[in-house]
Amino acid sequence: MAEALATISQVQDRGMIQIRADLAQAGDAIAEAAGLALPEQGRITTDGNRSLGWMSPDELLLVLPLAETAEALAVLQDALATEHALVLDVSDMRAMFRIQGARALDVLAKLCPADLAAMPDDGLRRTRAAQAACGIWREPGGYALIGFRSVADYLRAILAGAAAPGTGLDPR
Amino acid sequence: MLTLTCPYCGIAAEETELQPGGEAHLKRFGPGSSDAEFEAYLFARRNPKGVHFERWRHAYGCGKWFMAARDTATLQVYGTYKAQTPFPTPEIVAAIQHRHPQWRPDFDATSPTPTSAPEGLTQ
Ligand SMILES: [Zn+2]
Repeated sequence: MAEALATISQVQDRGMIQIRADLAQAGDAIAEAAGLALPEQGRITTDGNRSLGWMSPDELLLVLPLAETAEALAVLQDALATEHALVLDVSDMRAMFRIQGARALDVLAKLCPADLAAMPDDGLRRTRAAQAACGIWREPGGYALIGFRSVADYLRAILAGAAAPGTGLDPR
Repeated sequence: MLTLTCPYCGIAAEETELQPGGEAHLKRFGPGSSDAEFEAYLFARRNPKGVHFERWRHAYGCGKWFMAARDTATLQVYGTYKAQTPFPTPEIVAAIQHRHPQWRPDFDATSPTPTSAPEGLTQ
């Protein structure tokens, strides 16, 4: 029996904090509070076990260990207290998956209308996986994918289906 | 397939990542306008064969609305620009005229906001 194209696993130990603000004005304060450099458009910066992703011109996503979420939320809210800004714990709103393996790209290529092969190493691409909105970035050995938790079952099923053994995209 | 580059996040988004929003640069006729103007604002659209300005939303992405200039017959895209732009930008006009030298804008880009409904659409 052939092997699956990639290993799909749901990640349960990551917290996520959504930050909405005028990044030109509040960017430095956010970077300092988050402990990460501000990502460029379409990029994600990573240091240790924290990542800060560029989601839109006025939105960032901080991904960090779940246990650090409450404290980071307080630090960010304090740092942005004088700004017109939103800092929100969205850990329970989102589901995160890891797609690990040499052919992880094949799995995503079947589901997303995006050229993920051309995505920079530190890129963050928001797109759709079949019918569900998602965000994708690279991790060592594969990709991380986030989506809404309300469609987590759906995402898990389509990822597993796209990784089914013997369904690689390369010519046989 | 139609691919439009979102001016907010720089992503070349494929059509299914976008939500169409119909004709761009409509002038709103609300309270105080005539019935004919209001009807035209709601229902009358250019629907041209050729150069067209449209609104699109980067729905499976940054979520922002933007504008696109494209050819409805050939699907050639002349460019995209931010939704806060009251008129197609000079770059867009130049790109259209590069392909269609005879094409002339029917809007007055020196006016701060659109001042009238598209010609021929009001009665
Ligand atoms: Zn966008």
